[in-house]
Formats: sequence, structure tokens, C-alpha cells
Amino acid sequence: MASIVQFENVGLRYGTGAETLSDVTFNLEVGRFYFLTGASGAGKTSLLKLLYLAQRPSRGLIRLFGEDVVTMPRARFPGFRRRIGVVFQDFRLVPHLSAFDNIALPLRIAGVPEEEIHTPVDEMLAWVGLSDRSTARPATLSGGEQQRVAIARAVIGRPEMLVADEPTGNVDPEMAARLLHLFDAMHRLGTTIVVATHDIHLLTRIPHAEMMRLERGRISDPTGALRYPPRGNRRP
Amino acid sequence: MRVPRFSGAGVSAAERKLLPEGRLAGPMPWVIAIMMFLTVLVAAGGLALGSAAEGFQAGLAGRMTVQVVEANPDERDRQAAAAIAELERLPGVEDVHRLSEDEIGDLLEPWLGVGGIEADLPMPALIDVDLSPVASRRIDRIAQAVRAVAPAARVDRHSDWLAPLASLLSSLRWLALALVLLMAGATAATVVLAARGSLNTHRATIEVLHLMGSTDRQVAHLFQRRIALDALFGGALGFVAAVGVILLLGRRISGVGAGLLGSVTLPPLAWVLLLALPIAGVLLATVAARLSILVALRKLL
Repeated sequence: MASIVQFENVGLRYGTGAETLSDVTFNLEVGRFYFLTGASGAGKTSLLKLLYLAQRPSRGLIRLFGEDVVTMPRARFPGFRRRIGVVFQDFRLVPHLSAFDNIALPLRIAGVPEEEIHTPVDEMLAWVGLSDRSTARPATLSGGEQQRVAIARAVIGRPEMLVADEPTGNVDPEMAARLLHLFDAMHRLGTTIVVATHDIHLLTRIPHAEMMRLERGRISDPTGALRYPPRGNRRP
Repeated sequence: MRVPRFSGAGVSAAERKLLPEGRLAGPMPWVIAIMMFLTVLVAAGGLALGSAAEGFQAGLAGRMTVQVVEANPDERDRQAAAAIAELERLPGVEDVHRLSEDEIGDLLEPWLGVGGIEADLPMPALIDVDLSPVASRRIDRIAQAVRAVAPAARVDRHSDWLAPLASLLSSLRWLALALVLLMAGATAATVVLAARGSLNTHRATIEVLHLMGSTDRQVAHLFQRRIALDALFGGALGFVAAVGVILLLGRRISGVGAGLLGSVTLPPLAWVLLLALPIAGVLLATVAARLSILVALRKLL
């Protein structure tokens, strides 16, 4: 299966401090579901930032959608970012926009005509159970509601890859199950899913998911799915 | 490549929502209004002075006065007649007029009073001469020809009298231009500072927009549109206020009467140039905002 993400000896250092990520090498295949686990401070969020192009690595090679993004000029980043949906750990909803407008943001950025925005946004609001809160601003939403808006915003553009940082941290178990079901449905439609979590119960809900684990900035590969080159293509 | 804006049919409404501040929320429209007010006043002053300087030069460059200073009245009349005859013969001399004793009396009245000229007071013969533009460039040769037939003649070029004034007006005109350029620079700097401040205020929103794939041009468009609106309001307000002051001053000047002040007027072309100032101000603010935002955004990944 084709690779959507390749990391080779990637290191990330903020300023002059110690490396947050060291010698990270893995390969994510198109259309698969991955969990990224690890203790707090292990580097999960930093790794996700590299995935959704919020950060360039200090060293190493990253290929995204088959192209080297380390040396890629920043003018090309918007096109790549539109292919990735992101659920931020702190939601990052735009505070003065309603839930509807926050969810519609990726469509508007992509230049979708206004008359084609309402139906998918309303459907997404219904799916995350926030139809009656469409005009509410983030400050008036609970943590769980904000998280659902963030997830709806991440998936509405039908991205090729969805990156979620602790997406179920603020929702009840029932909603967590629904959101995971949404992720799994997207995965079945071909979207590559990367979910960072330290909730081990989530891992059991998607049995076909691969898992990678970060420990002090270094990756381990409990399921053996992340080796690079991928399984089957390995040379002796 | 076509760069999409944030939506299609509802561009303005959708874009307006992305930055939270209301229109005219900050001090920038008012700062631009003050700058535009001062700029239009200075420009109007410069244009009026320029118009006055050109008027003086056009009116005086082609005129000269011949004085025949001779104590003997018969000799004075003879030389005056010879000078007039010579002047009328020369090409480029459009009009020759010897001032009568009454006209000379009127000229001296402010100093000598009514009827102050005694009969035995020797007065020079005064001859006003109008020259064509071509002839006014060879006025020295005309003066030489006059002195050849009237040795007591002195030739005064009118342009010489007001040359220092014309020079002063010209200097003031250049000063006005320099001030207009300085204020344009100050306006641009104000816009750049305001744009950067606004960018910092909305940094979190901009980062989110960026991470979702918005381009620098899309983000810059949001800011430049807002700043253009501020500049349009400020520019229009400053322009209207300045025009009010100019009209008021014009009425006061016309009340003073003729003379030097009376020649300070704004020709129609000057009004067109003044009207162009707020338009140029909006363009300047928009371009300055766009460039400063794009430069600042390049520092983001």
C-alpha cells in the first residue's frame, strides 16, 4: 500500500534545549488507522505538529503525500494543509465565530461558494449533536461541545488525512464512542487517521488500528506496522 | 493561479466575521483623517502659491517702464518722444504708453498727498511698455536701443521688482510638496504600525486560518480590506474638513480685496489634484497594509 507519511531520522528541538523528538522513523500507509500513544511530555503533540505542518523538523526527512516537506517552500504549504484535517488538543476555535462559522471555516478557506456551505455544515452539526447550538460562540459552549465543534471542523472538508490530538479528552464515554465511530467511518472511506491519546480504552475500540508509542521523544512500534520501509518491502 | 477568497456569494459577510473588531474601532481612521486634513491644506497652499507665482511671472515678464530723468522739460519731452518712436519701431513691442501728469500724480499721491506736486518740481517722463513673450527675452537689446536715442532714459524691468517674491513663492511651493510627501510617508508608517498591531491582536485566529490552509494573500486581503475602509472614511472626513477650511479662507481672502492676496486662488486643475489626494491616500494605505502584512506573515511557517 502507498505511503502517505514517511519520517526518516527526524529530530525536533525547540530553541537550544534538548531534542523533543529524536531519530523518529516510521511510515504511515494510506487509508489506515493509527493510534499514537505515550505519556504526557513524550512528544505526541510535537510529532503531530510535524504531521500537520505547523513545524519544520530540526533534522531528518519528512515526506507527506509523496513530497519532501522539509525543503518545500512555504508557499506550497496551504495546498498540503487543506488535505489534512486537524483536531487540536486545545480546540483552537475562533472565539468570535459561531459554531456554524467555525465548522464552515475550512470550506470558506477552500473557496466553496456560500450556497454550498450550509447543507454540509448543518449535517455535521447534527452529527455531532449540536444542531441547536449552531449560533453559539465557543465561550458559551461546554468543553465537550467545543471539542465536537473542533472535530466537525476537522472532518468537514473530507481530508485525506485526519490528525487528532486527544480528541475525546473532554467528552463523555458515549460521545467518545460516537466520535471514534465517525473517525472509523472516515477511515473506511479511505481517510488516513492518526489519533494521539493516552486513553488505553480507546485503543481497544478500533481493533484494526495500528499503534505507535512515543517514549521520551523516541518512537517504538508495538504492532510492527510502522517500520520503514514498510512490511513486505523490507530488504534483507 | 486563482486564489480563492473565503467564500463565494457572501464574500463580504463571511470575511467581515473573521476579524472581530467593528469598523472604525481603532484610532486609525481618525489619525488618517487628521493627516489627510493637514495634507490637503498644505497641498492647497502649495498649489495656490504656485498659481500665484505663475500669474506674477506671466503678468510681469512682458512689461517694462522707461523713465526719462532730465531736469530740462524740453529736453525731457524730446528724449521721451524719441524713445517712444524707437520703441514703436522695434519688433515685439506691443504697446507703448506715456503716463500723463495726472497719472503720475495719482502714483505719487500716497507719498505727496492730493495736489502735492508743485508745478516747478521736475518729474521724470514715464513710459509703460508691453512686450511680446519673444521680445521680453531680449529686453536688454531693447533697453540699449532706447538709451541710444534717449541718453537720460532708465529702463526698469517689472520682473526684476518681484523676482525675490516669485523666488519665495517658488520655495514655498517646493516646501509644500515636501510636506505632502512627508505626510504621505507618515500616513504609510501609521498604517504599517496599525496593520502590525492588528496582526498581533489576531495572531491566534491567523494561525488557525494558516493551519487550515489559508494563503498569505487570503489573510492579507482581510486586513487590507479593513484598513482600506478605515482609510476611506478617514480620508473622506479629512478632505471634507480641509475643503471647508479652504473655502472659508478663500472667502476671507476675497474680502481683503485685490493685490497680492487677491491673486492667490485655486485653479480648477488644483481642485482635481486635491480630490486625488484622498483617493491616493486610500491606495497608499491599502498597499502599505498589504505589504506589511505579507512581510509579517512570511515569518510564520
